[in-house]
Order: sequence, then C-alpha cells, then structure tokens
Amino acid sequence: MSTTTGKAAQPAKVQAGPGTTVSPAAGPKGSRSRRKPSMGVQNMAGWLFSTPFLVLFLVFMAVPIIATLVMSFTDFGLRNVTHPLDANFIGFENYTKLFSDEKFLKSLFNTAYFVVIGVPLTIFLGLVVAVLLNNGIDRARTFFRVGFYAPVVTTIVAVAVVWRFVLDPSDGLVAGLFSEVGLTAPDFLGSEKLAMPSMIAMAVWRNLGTVMVLFIAGLQAIPTEVREAARLDGANIWQEFKGITVPLLRPTLLYATVITTIGYLNVFEEPFVMTQGGPSDSTLTVSLNMYREGFNFFHMGYASAMAYVLFVVIMGITVLQLRLLKDNTK
Amino acid sequence: MSATSAPGAVSTAPSKKSGDTGRQNGGKQPRSLKRVLVYVLLSLGLLIMSAPFLWMALSAFKTTNELTASPPVWIPTEWTLDNFRNLLDKLDLPLYFMNSVIVAVLVTVSNLVFCSMLGYALAKLRFAGRNKIFGLVLGALMVPGNLMLLPLFVLMSKMGLIDSYAGLVLPFAAGAFGVFLMRQFMQSIPDELLEAARMDGAGEWYIFWRIVMPLVKPALATLSIFTFLGSWNNFVWPLIATNDPDKYTLPVALATFATDPNKAGGSNGMLMAGSFLIVLPVLVVFIALQRHFTQGIATAGMK
Repeated sequence: MSTTTGKAAQPAKVQAGPGTTVSPAAGPKGSRSRRKPSMGVQNMAGWLFSTPFLVLFLVFMAVPIIATLVMSFTDFGLRNVTHPLDANFIGFENYTKLFSDEKFLKSLFNTAYFVVIGVPLTIFLGLVVAVLLNNGIDRARTFFRVGFYAPVVTTIVAVAVVWRFVLDPSDGLVAGLFSEVGLTAPDFLGSEKLAMPSMIAMAVWRNLGTVMVLFIAGLQAIPTEVREAARLDGANIWQEFKGITVPLLRPTLLYATVITTIGYLNVFEEPFVMTQGGPSDSTLTVSLNMYREGFNFFHMGYASAMAYVLFVVIMGITVLQLRLLKDNTK
Repeated sequence: MSATSAPGAVSTAPSKKSGDTGRQNGGKQPRSLKRVLVYVLLSLGLLIMSAPFLWMALSAFKTTNELTASPPVWIPTEWTLDNFRNLLDKLDLPLYFMNSVIVAVLVTVSNLVFCSMLGYALAKLRFAGRNKIFGLVLGALMVPGNLMLLPLFVLMSKMGLIDSYAGLVLPFAAGAFGVFLMRQFMQSIPDELLEAARMDGAGEWYIFWRIVMPLVKPALATLSIFTFLGSWNNFVWPLIATNDPDKYTLPVALATFATDPNKAGGSNGMLMAGSFLIVLPVLVVFIALQRHFTQGIATAGMK
C-alpha cells in the first residue's frame, strides 16, 4: 500500500504548483505522461466527487473540533447556546479547575479502571475463542461464530437494560443461580466495589465478538506451511502458539487493542443506563461526567475542557500503543 | 475409548499432520480428546454469551408473579403478553420505531452515495490534494464522536434543527469508515476497464454510476448493514438532539423509560419486553446476513 501512495504523491505534488490546469507541469514520470489531456478533467472530477463529504466533514466535524477547543477556554453557559459569541474567554481556568475537581479525577480514575481491566480481558478472551474456533472445529464453526458475535450487533441501551435485570439482587438471573445453590447474591450494581467490575463484565461480553472476528481473520492469514514446519521441528502446542501464532498476529493484536481501547475510553451508555454513575460516583466515567456537566448543568465551557482532556488521553494512548506494539515486530 | 476413536480421528485429518502429532505425543488419543475439549469449552462459552438474551426473552413472557418468584422460575409456566401490552400502553413504540427507521434509512442512503463518491475519487482518480483528503479521512476515523457533541448541539440549536430528522441525520451523513471501506474495495477494480470507458467518451459520473457502483455491490451491502446498524443503535447524539418525546428514537425512548423510576414503575417485565422488541429485529437481520458482518470487519481490520 505504501508504494502506491508514494507513486501517487509525486504527480500530485507537481500539480499542486502554480497553474494547476497547465498540462506541461503535469505527469513528467514516464508511462503516465501519455494521458496528459485527461489530467485536468480528473482534477475537476476528483474535487467534485469529494465535495459532499468534505462539506459535511467541515461543518459537522472540523468546525466542531475547533469549536470545542475554543469553548474550553470560555465560560460558555446556557445563555450562550442562543448567543455563542457572548461567551467570555477565561484562559486556562477550566483546565486548572478540572485537576482540582475531585469528581472529575474520580471519573478519570474510573475510566482508567474500566480500560486497564477491560481491554486486556476482552483481547485475551477474544483471542482464546478465535484460537479454539480455529482448532479442530469445522462443522459448527459458523454457529459458534454467530453466537459469540451476536452481542456486538445488539443495541447497547437495550443490552444494558437487560444486564441491569440480570444483575438484579432480588429477581435477577445471577441472584437466581445463587439461590439455587443456597447462596445470597450481592447487590452488584448497588455496591461501590462491585459496580465497576460488573460493568466491565458486560463490556467484555459485548465486545469480545469484534476481537474474535479480527483474530479469526488474522489466524487464517497465517500460512499452514509455517505451522507445519514448526511441527516438523518438534514444537508443541504452546511453543507453536507463542512462537508462531502470537508474533504473526501482532498487526491484528495492535488493531484490536487500539479500537477496543478507544471504545472503552469513551464508555457512556453502560453507566448511563445501569447505574447513572453511582453508587457514590463509583461508575461515573469521563464521558458521562462530560454529558452531565454539558447537558444537565450547561457548564459547556467546562465540559468542553473535559472533552479535550479525554481526547488528548485517547490520542496519547493510541500513539503509545502503536509504538509499543509495532517496535516489537522488528 | 482412546484405542477405538484414535483411528477415526487419524483418517479424517490430513495424513501428514496426524503422523507428526502422533509421533511427538507418543500416542494418538490427544487429537480427539482435544477436539472434545474444544467443543465443551466453546459450548460453555456460548451458553454464557447467550444467557442474557435467553433471560430477556423468557422474562418478557413471564407474569409478574413468576418474575419475582423465589425460588426463581426459569421457564414461564404460563406464557403471557401482558408485559408487551402494558409497555405499549405507556410507550408509543410504533412511533419510536418509525423514527429509528427513518433516521437509519436516511443515514444509510447518504453514506452509500457520499462515501462511494469520495471512495471512487480516492481509489481511481488522480487529482491534486488526493493524498491530503485521504489523510483527512484516516484522521477522522480516529476522532471520538464525543469530542464534537457540545458545539454540534449549539450549531443545531442555532440552525433550528433540534427535534428534527435533519438534526439526527446530518452529523452522520458521511462517515470516514464508509469512505475507507469503499476505497479499499474500489482499488481492486482494474484501471483498464475505466480507461476503456473513458476512451469511449464516458464521463466520470457515468463511469461511477454505471460501471463502478455495480461492481462494488458486496461492499455496498456491507456498508449498508454497518451504517444502518450504527444508526439504529446510536444513543448519545439522539439523546442530546431531541427534547420532544415524539422525536425520540427507540434507544432514547427505552433509556428514558428505564431510568425514570416513575415511568417504569419497577416493572422488569415491561423493560424486558421493550428490550426484546428492539433487539429481536437486529438479531434476525444479523443471523440472516452474518457473512457480510464478519467479512466487513475483517476487511476493515486487515487494511
């Protein structure tokens, strides 16, 4: 892929110079020069085909991204929704306030907790299921794959409502199982200690399928010759897994880890439906905190600062993961 | 058991593989034993995975007595539709269903058109700035949606689009994921085909609609499924962009109902009935089209 973009970059750069429609400047690179006349047409067509996306991108993404940044330096409040330009610049006040705001720090901690436990669990279990499905299962493979993937496609709000009832201390599924063996189930979502682990369990349940599908595709891309060679050399199952499967799955592992981490850092629906952030803020995540500050209390400048802190954290972690997991392949 | 089942296992497996495994393990039974173990583990996993769905489906048809019975009643002894009736009395589900469908259809159609257009330009047209636009698309893939919520709300309020379909659709009308997916697929179309059409005097618009689009139908199917589902399941933006309950989408209506103690009246039966009605169509569509799902994810992940 890198070679094709590299090639394409050369004519593009040449053309970007003065006089885009002047053809002598275009396509000096050998074989393509024959098609000089149509280059101008493609320039025009290229931009026309790009316009709808670019307009939508500009209005609903680029401008809001910058606007969030600007808002984070203002005291943007409810009255500014109708008069946005009346908001006052207050410098870094929102940001300094954030880092002495215990509620925000707690939400930051909760989100980190969710990610640090949830991501490795999801990746590990997804990998286990993928390896199991790739080993000796041929008949019921589709059946299992569909079953493990099903939670991914379901509406998260509905699923959160279901899980709230599954974990219900008196009438829930888990409570029922506990009572069958003569135990009393704890109030999972009502306990400060158990609420977050319960939510992690649900997230793992819901997202394991995505990771599994990615790993199955990755596993199938490993040539059977490589495995057979290892077996001929006397590698046992564990050695084969460690020496061949894991290293060759590294690109998949990287991608799965990055998308799972980004998703988990933004966790919102689960606490919104299941606990409303409680008990005593033990499941309040950054996104939920931001939503409340922004749309319940209309502290929109302050909420914007939260959004940016989360964004910077997400970018930082993504870059870090790309570095960590990529360097090892060399 | 091992002695009798081993030959069977060997004969089904490719001969060279079974020979190797047999040699290093000193016996042939681990292969079939392993297979049984794999099936047991997977079945156990699948049971856990499907338990919440089964619980939801069964509970939706239980009477109030059986919902709160202790010891618990697993399978309802008398199936009832009361939960659904009571829910429909309290929530105008057909309305929310229509809202969800309209928004999802509009989002899907606009993504199919706009993402394919840019995907075609990025894959098959050489023009100044192409790489910059592709960089933009890749960058947009990484930006979390929550970052834009606050100004988007202000923007939509100013435009008077709160509580409107346009307000729900426009922010999702052209997703970066769709562009990326379509570009990947369109790159595999041979250039010669397009060159030949150009030689015959076909314009780019004609080539795009009449030649390229029919060739990428599988990708369009994948994109429709993902976009429709993404919109169907979307929660945060519809929650923010609607104040009027008549404009709620299904997830917003269910979440509002479930988190308002006055409305739900503590009835888990009604909530399970509501979840059942939202989840069932999605599951049916997924099972019918499951091949597209896994292919789409794998394609997007591999590139």
